[in-house]
Amino acid sequence: MAEEVILLDFWASMFGMRIRIALSEKRVKYDYREEDLWDKSSLLLEMNPVHKKIPVLIHNGKPVCESLIQIEYIDETWPDKNPLLPSDPYKRAHAKFWADFIDKKVNVTARRIWAAKGEEQEAAKEFIEILKTLESELGDKKYFGDETFGYVDIALIGFYSWFGVYEKFGNISIESECSKLIAWAKRCLERESVAKALPESEKVTTFVSDRRKKLGLE
Amino acid sequence: MARSDVKLIGAWASPFVMRPRIALNLKSVPYEFLQETFGSKSELLLKSNPVHKKIPVLLHGDKPVCESNIIVEYIDDTWSSSGPSMLPSDPYDRAMARFWAAYIDEKWFVALKSFLKAGGEEEKKAVIAQLEEGNAFLEKAFIDCSKGKPFFNGDNIGYLDIALGCFLAWLRVTELAVSHKILDEAKTPSLSKWAENFCNDPAVKPVMPETAKLAEFAKKIFPKPQA
Repeated sequence: MAEEVILLDFWASMFGMRIRIALSEKRVKYDYREEDLWDKSSLLLEMNPVHKKIPVLIHNGKPVCESLIQIEYIDETWPDKNPLLPSDPYKRAHAKFWADFIDKKVNVTARRIWAAKGEEQEAAKEFIEILKTLESELGDKKYFGDETFGYVDIALIGFYSWFGVYEKFGNISIESECSKLIAWAKRCLERESVAKALPESEKVTTFVSDRRKKLGLE
Repeated sequence: MARSDVKLIGAWASPFVMRPRIALNLKSVPYEFLQETFGSKSELLLKSNPVHKKIPVLLHGDKPVCESNIIVEYIDDTWSSSGPSMLPSDPYDRAMARFWAAYIDEKWFVALKSFLKAGGEEEKKAVIAQLEEGNAFLEKAFIDCSKGKPFFNGDNIGYLDIALGCFLAWLRVTELAVSHKILDEAKTPSLSKWAENFCNDPAVKPVMPETAKLAEFAKKIFPKPQA
């Protein structure tokens, strides 16, 4: 059956990275379309009228929005390769809990480090606490999913490409505070799906520096 | 593990707690309801949900499950052979149900809550506009998801019905407090009919708080804002 899969995305988006990774893990071929977030395409606005945000996954003309929901959709639509979510109900609920935690806590706090004037120090401190909570959940496991790379790993790993940003503008060293998490990230990067999905850290940092100038924060 | 060994930590007034209660009713799962006292958190709650320290928490055996929509899915997955499925079987329809449930929590309910706290006329107007836009989205979502049946989930109540329906008592309390009809039959006829059907469902009736009782409670926790 001819499948048409389009991903509307933005190169630096840690949410977009989730979908690139998920599709790659499932060996699904897709058409990647870069959006200019400051000049959104009519397709994006048509496919996500409620939030007008990327990533948007368009499968045979039908849009799926919200990255965690998209990962689950991908897992259910292409179930044969590399299951992304556990099959056990309790383990599934546990994975969803931690992905939800990441969505509720990580981005909101991390953003304050570089985008909110005067809040850098406080936000950086909170951010480290959040990472430590995640590190504690990881424990000595290879991945959040234990032996299998999956949903929670995918939910978090994109932020690793932004660690340089948080370290620079928050004046922190994530490596010294959360070395186990850094080790986890490096294990994830050994996977082709992750290595291909994440942009270079320096490129992200340069992009954010430019954004800060435009926002009058530099 | 004994299937009847189910406890739910919650409170009668919380719409989020209502969600797993409805789900457990739909699956005919008996459970012990452990009510928290408003204003304080029990040792059990803090131990079972150390990350967020919030209700509801489902305890199955001694394994805690947190976050209301996640608990509902867990109930659906665990007691899959009792009662109809709470989510559609098609992956796209499932994604739609999850999308709208997330929208309800992140946008719609946030707007509803801010209505009770809204001070001046300008603030109220802005919230009304947000809610009307939200209701229009949900009216269309209902038509798309229900495909002519009485509920978002079709013939029976499901995940998305529960995600939205749990707020209906608070919706009524808010309408009374601000003297404004938020769910208007004229503007959202399908959603209004759905609301009536939802409230009359046998799995919902026993756990839906009475409007008067909830209104009293609301006065306590949302003191009148300065105009």
